[in-house]
Amino acid sequence: MTTANPLSTGMPVEGPPRGLVHRRTRRHGALHAQSATGLGFVMLFFSVIVLLPLSAVLVKTTTGGWSGYWRTITNDQTLAALRLTITQALLVTLVNVVMGTLIAWVLVRDRFRGKRILEVLIDVPFALPTIVAGLVLLALYGPKSPIGIDVANTQRAVFLALAFVTLPFVVRTVQPVLEEIDAEVEEAAATLGASRLTTFRRIILPSLLPAITSGAALSFARAISEYGSLVLLSGNLALRTEVASVRILTYVENGNDAAAASVATTLLAIALVVIVSLDLLQRRVARRG
Amino acid sequence: MADATIAMSRPVERLAPRRNQRDRRVTRHLFRAIVIVYLAMLIAWPLGLIARTTFADGLTSLRETLDDPVVTHAIWLTVRVAMITVALDLVFGVGVSLLLVRYRFRGRRVLSALIDLPLSVSPVVVGLALVLAYGGRTGWFGESLEGAGIQVIFATPGIVMATVFVSLPLVVREVVPVLEEIGTEQEQAAHSLGASSLQTFLRITLPAIKWAVVYGVVLSLARALGEFGAVKIVSGNLVNKTQTATLVVEQKYQDFEQSTAYATSFLLALAAVICIIIVAVLRPTESEPR
Amino acid sequence: MSIDVRNITKTFGDFVALDDVSVSLPTGQLTALLGPSGGGKSTLLRIIAGLEFADRGEVHIEGVDATDLTPQRRNVGFVFQHYAAFKHMTVAKNVAFGLSIRKRPKAEVRARVQELLHLVHLEAFADRLPSQLSGGQRQRMALARALAVEPTVLLLDEPFGALDAKVREELREWLRRLHDEVQVTTVLVTHDQEEALEVADEIVVINGGRIEQIGSPDLLYDSPANDFVMSFLGPVTRLGGRLIRPHDVEIHLGAVPSAHIGTVTRLTRVGFEVRIDVDVDGQPTLATLTRAQHHALGATVGSTVWLRPIDGVSTVAVPANGPHRASAGSPSKCSVASDSDSDSDANDLVATSG
Repeated sequence: MTTANPLSTGMPVEGPPRGLVHRRTRRHGALHAQSATGLGFVMLFFSVIVLLPLSAVLVKTTTGGWSGYWRTITNDQTLAALRLTITQALLVTLVNVVMGTLIAWVLVRDRFRGKRILEVLIDVPFALPTIVAGLVLLALYGPKSPIGIDVANTQRAVFLALAFVTLPFVVRTVQPVLEEIDAEVEEAAATLGASRLTTFRRIILPSLLPAITSGAALSFARAISEYGSLVLLSGNLALRTEVASVRILTYVENGNDAAAASVATTLLAIALVVIVSLDLLQRRVARRG
Repeated sequence: MADATIAMSRPVERLAPRRNQRDRRVTRHLFRAIVIVYLAMLIAWPLGLIARTTFADGLTSLRETLDDPVVTHAIWLTVRVAMITVALDLVFGVGVSLLLVRYRFRGRRVLSALIDLPLSVSPVVVGLALVLAYGGRTGWFGESLEGAGIQVIFATPGIVMATVFVSLPLVVREVVPVLEEIGTEQEQAAHSLGASSLQTFLRITLPAIKWAVVYGVVLSLARALGEFGAVKIVSGNLVNKTQTATLVVEQKYQDFEQSTAYATSFLLALAAVICIIIVAVLRPTESEPR
Repeated sequence: MSIDVRNITKTFGDFVALDDVSVSLPTGQLTALLGPSGGGKSTLLRIIAGLEFADRGEVHIEGVDATDLTPQRRNVGFVFQHYAAFKHMTVAKNVAFGLSIRKRPKAEVRARVQELLHLVHLEAFADRLPSQLSGGQRQRMALARALAVEPTVLLLDEPFGALDAKVREELREWLRRLHDEVQVTTVLVTHDQEEALEVADEIVVINGGRIEQIGSPDLLYDSPANDFVMSFLGPVTRLGGRLIRPHDVEIHLGAVPSAHIGTVTRLTRVGFEVRIDVDVDGQPTLATLTRAQHHALGATVGSTVWLRPIDGVSTVAVPANGPHRASAGSPSKCSVASDSDSDSDANDLVATSG
């Protein structure tokens, strides 16, 4: 409990209120002993869990030197895996950009019974274990499919699984921006003669672009990283339906840590490149106005 | 001068909808239909399938699954790991959020970017990274740790680390925007009234961010329950020792024990959906559409 | 007639926003729709623009039945309270928007944009983004944008509501001058009676979905149709069971015929005027005098004074059941008994709703 402030009772003040005497005036923002220790702990924890292990991967990649790295990457199977991973991730991201924006639009602009169920459905890929996702996608779109669609062990299975796990990303980045859009801006465009389509193309879409690109970046990064849903669905057939993450696991199981690390670093690098370039691209588009 | 004229003709009642309003209604329904079909085919139906398959012959499948000691051990392990993970995420998450938002220090922006890193890392890479760092024989710290009697890889600590790795950013991402939005005025007011930092934190800051913390915790929980790839590598997938619920699903499926795989999946999916519903219910409803 | 509104009714669920409203606005005039928030004036404006559609009634613009037309087809310029600037476009692109929609040649667009930016004194800001402009500048840009396509009518929805007092005053004056130059039929929605009195050629007072009175600023101020219009357009006080303007109250230190006796309770000097609160039979009455008048009068707190309306001013009956909606009360002129009746032209009662 805070002690009663002598100033508030109107009685003669014996001294400044307790808090001020025992603490030097803290400039908001600067670290002092208490928070610096906190920062230290936080950094330690973060390093132990995240930074150290990741640097171990980077270091391991270099143990074979450049030649070792190249040999791993240009291995037929690995190359095929990387190519498949990136292609499918790009395709899925494109689909997500369109569908994600459309879904966000319906969620924000439309109104009907059961819309809240849609909101819950969209978050399912975030929360559902990937192995479970793979299992049920297999049941629905595999050999025992009740609707006769069997994509198991094909590249389309990879696409399907990725479409599932990356669904929420563009939706959730676009939705808040769409909600914030001023109705009056659209009305202004209408009074100036712009049709609904023109208004969407020239007024709404440009303001959604930053959100769409950041959602796309997240979607892509997630797609190239995906593992659990592909394990059962794609069949992991070498050179055909094997993705990069499965390739890494195979290397690990065969004890070839250096090769595994090489592929891992490649994935990290690709994710980084895509995220940064999308960010730069979006900034340049925004500046052009 | 304006005159107030009595209407010259009878006012026209609006009976038939105008053409533009009709067009808009068509587009609206079309979009709605596309979205509903997409979500139904991709998410709803598969989800429903888990339930349907699990309860195909009533509760027998579920009961048998819960009688299987391998499964119960896995579930129990998963729950234990999840609890520890969420606790660690909570403390770390709130701490990091406060540091990032309320203080300025060198490398703050770098730290902020790094915190998001785990979201872009493949779970398989997470497993590999932990093995390389803490693996018994070849890891950087593996030998020293094992010498001290601590086994990380192929044991529970490793599983916890892997799960924490992937769920770390979630609390932070929820709490940081809220902290930024509420600003420091209330805290400053508390300080000026004589409250210590701890008191301010407990009585002013924490209540203000409590919903964000809840969302973050629930999201972390869902993530922790569902982690698969990283745990597969780090745990060694040793049955009855380090096999989590998600690993059990894969194992049972590969062993042709489909009903057990589905039943366990059902339990996991149920937990996930409950997490989502909790968050959806607690979040304020969105604004009215135009 | 430029704008002809006939029997417009609009409801939102149970709430009646406009109840059988009709009004005609002449070409080239600047009309203010004045009223309290929620009274229906913005709704009426938006119906004229096509941003809302009425449940019943018609809108004719320059003789054309625009009732079913989308806003795109009505050729109306609309300016919003919060500017509705296209944030990702420069000022020049904002102003050019309407013209580029109509696929005008680039040279023509550029010339017109230049012309308009010159008109609103924003030439130096052509390549800036709206976020780099002040509120007043953004609103001028919005005006230029609306005028670019040469609209038939210009509609302004509380255009200065979001601005600081000083900027508001400047822009008010500026709008009046602009209107004199451009001469386009303009309708201005405002809840600020000072703004309406200063800027408009004619004022339409709307309250509770109905028109209370239409007339020039002078007419509305001096001869209000009912207590609502009177209170809304200026200060009111009570005297002898009627509403009167404080500056229309005569104060005497000695008895005069037809006067009410009272005691001064308070004297406040506010700027150039002096406000005198007088207690008349338990009812507070306010009289305002200029400093000179007060000095000449010499009344102090506690003085006994005699109050009566200045000869010839309009007063309105106090409504029986509270303020507003006093169609029962009719304005009357006051005449002091000893004087002969003096007829004032300004006392025409203008028919209101229906």
